[in-house]
Amino acid sequence: MFKNIAMYTAAAVLLCHAAAGYAAGGNSEAAFNPAFSLILSGTYGNLQRDPALPATGFAMNPNPGHAQGFNLGESEMGISASIDPEFRGVATLALSPAGGISVENAFVQTTMLGDGLNLKFGRFFSGLGYLNEQHAHAWDFVDQPLVYAAFWGNQLGEDGVQLKWLAPTEMFVEVGAEMGKGRGFPGTDTAKNGSGAGVLFAHIGDDIGIERSWRAGVSLHQTRREKALSANVPDLPATPGGVSNSFSGDSSTVGCDFIWKYAPNGNVQANTWKVQGEYFRRRENGVLTYNLVTPGDYAVTQSGWYVQSVYQFMPRWRIGARHDRLDPGVAQVGAANAANVIGDYGYTPRRTSLMLDYSPSEFSRLRVQAAHDASRQNLPDNQFFVQYLMSLGAHGAHSY
Amino acid sequence: MKTQRSEVSVKANPRFGGGDAVANRFFYIIALLMLSGSAHAALNVFACEPEWAALAQQLAGDKVSLYVATGALQDPHRVEARPSLIAKARHAQLVVCTGAELEVAWLPVVLRESGNNAVQPGAAGYFEAASVVHMLEVPTRLDRGDGDVHAQGNPHIQTDPRNFLPIANALSQRLMQLDAANAAEYRQRLAAFIQQWRGAIAKWEQQAAPLRGVPIVVQHKGFPYLGDWLGLKEVATLEPKPGMEPGAAHLSQVLATLQQHPAKMVLRAAYQDGRPSEWIAQRAHLAAVELPYTVGGSVAAQDLYGLFDDTVARLLAGLK
Repeated sequence: MFKNIAMYTAAAVLLCHAAAGYAAGGNSEAAFNPAFSLILSGTYGNLQRDPALPATGFAMNPNPGHAQGFNLGESEMGISASIDPEFRGVATLALSPAGGISVENAFVQTTMLGDGLNLKFGRFFSGLGYLNEQHAHAWDFVDQPLVYAAFWGNQLGEDGVQLKWLAPTEMFVEVGAEMGKGRGFPGTDTAKNGSGAGVLFAHIGDDIGIERSWRAGVSLHQTRREKALSANVPDLPATPGGVSNSFSGDSSTVGCDFIWKYAPNGNVQANTWKVQGEYFRRRENGVLTYNLVTPGDYAVTQSGWYVQSVYQFMPRWRIGARHDRLDPGVAQVGAANAANVIGDYGYTPRRTSLMLDYSPSEFSRLRVQAAHDASRQNLPDNQFFVQYLMSLGAHGAHSY
Repeated sequence: MKTQRSEVSVKANPRFGGGDAVANRFFYIIALLMLSGSAHAALNVFACEPEWAALAQQLAGDKVSLYVATGALQDPHRVEARPSLIAKARHAQLVVCTGAELEVAWLPVVLRESGNNAVQPGAAGYFEAASVVHMLEVPTRLDRGDGDVHAQGNPHIQTDPRNFLPIANALSQRLMQLDAANAAEYRQRLAAFIQQWRGAIAKWEQQAAPLRGVPIVVQHKGFPYLGDWLGLKEVATLEPKPGMEPGAAHLSQVLATLQQHPAKMVLRAAYQDGRPSEWIAQRAHLAAVELPYTVGGSVAAQDLYGLFDDTVARLLAGLK
């Protein structure tokens, strides 16, 4: 008996050593190269209206719009690796089809803080909402929901610091806080000491049996906007092409999000179904300088939401539907600009999209999407898109 | 030593009692094994797949509290980094996984988001079973044109019971390192397991003797270790490339191959869609054999012993 134990222990020790030797084996420089990935994407867009037209009541918000005709999407290059036992680095560079490289993400993450803490610093997508952190190649539709387009310029990217804490509970409970420069809209990327924008968020989530899982969250974003410039804003005197306005004031956004996923037996191979939705509501309060000449009090509360569902009806094939809405709100315009600025547009921008995608493998996806876009009053747009998304090289794990 | 069968308590998932298409099969998934009263002092183990939970149970008994991240009916390549997994990894003191990139699509996110430095790769609380076995099908070239290949070799190591010997040794060492107070018990359990497991392997090999040299077809390249153990001869694969769904054109090609090189049976894992296997089985007059693949993959596969009892029995039945 003891002989046996001694023998097996010796064997185990030998095996452990052999394994350690194997792991440390590849001692060439190449073994330390970071994981490298490249996303190639492109779209064909068939639009009936000029994509530069903003949603009604949202002329002072960003309008990422769509590309018309054949269009090379941004190729996205990702590099990530452990820096040392304490840190991990991630960079995502977007290669613009017109030339030039922009830094989408470039952050460092701690790996050894422990106690459920994760610290991230550098340039990253904010953890607010559900879709915000997802890279474009992981989107279920060709475009972001209207509320993301108008409220965050598709995605809120921040230069700053994020601290997240996962509670030591059986259920997933996570809280996070961010401080940053206020680089992405509605921040105004102002050079000053201290923090230009702050985010707080909390997520909870769990499984329901082995087939269903969910996550829900709330977010708060606050920033002080300084001389935010908007061009071509329609006004009451109806200047052709609109006017340019400047806004300075406080912007505060609350949001909530949920996602629910289902897969028979928890096996995502054959069929999956997910339903998700998000809602954001933004209050802005400050001074609007009409036509860059006439300052006056201005406050408005805008909101927007989307609900979408994607169903994988057989391996490799998915269909999805999404409905989007925006509410431009009714602005309180001070006396100075009461005869200039439109306070009430009286229109609810909306859009309905349907998509079908086919993934020959987990590294490639082809998609068609049709949308009825009624986000501009009296200018309905029937849109049609074809898209490809391909991933080369190391393909990291996707978040939930 | 007296034979000591495993006491893995397998919790039947009530969801499978429902009236859907799968209800006529019996599914046992180890969902959450919360062991008896002494659980407060138990080592929290997060097992990526049911076979490692079952092994940890054999080696540690009630000294561990087990959570199993995937079920036998889930494709372990394709699991999502669900919030529940992240929350469970936060509590883990030991993470036991296959490794060899099997969990590459979800485990890195789960571990990173858990904020638990005890179980990060490289830490004592992170154990990869594949690191101590001899890997098969290590690709000589890495090209995604070859499908979902794994740089370190085929990760489906749990289909050869001989692999459990070095894994049990290494895992037991790890348990002793993390929970030195109970080292004596781990040592005793390891010795008992190894002795009993060797006996079981000899029995299975004897039973499976008629399978030597038998030509087989596999749905996914998931059985090289089983084939290596029992001397099965793999003549065709239904997936055109690893991880790609079998299409009609490729299946017809396989059918033509089988007319030249007839096979006896077509193997698939419990989590895989049965249609491609059934399609080829009908046309090439083969037996379609569904193997449990892991603990919980069939009614009989309730523990590691049951897993191989049932695997061998199903293969022998396929031979008839």
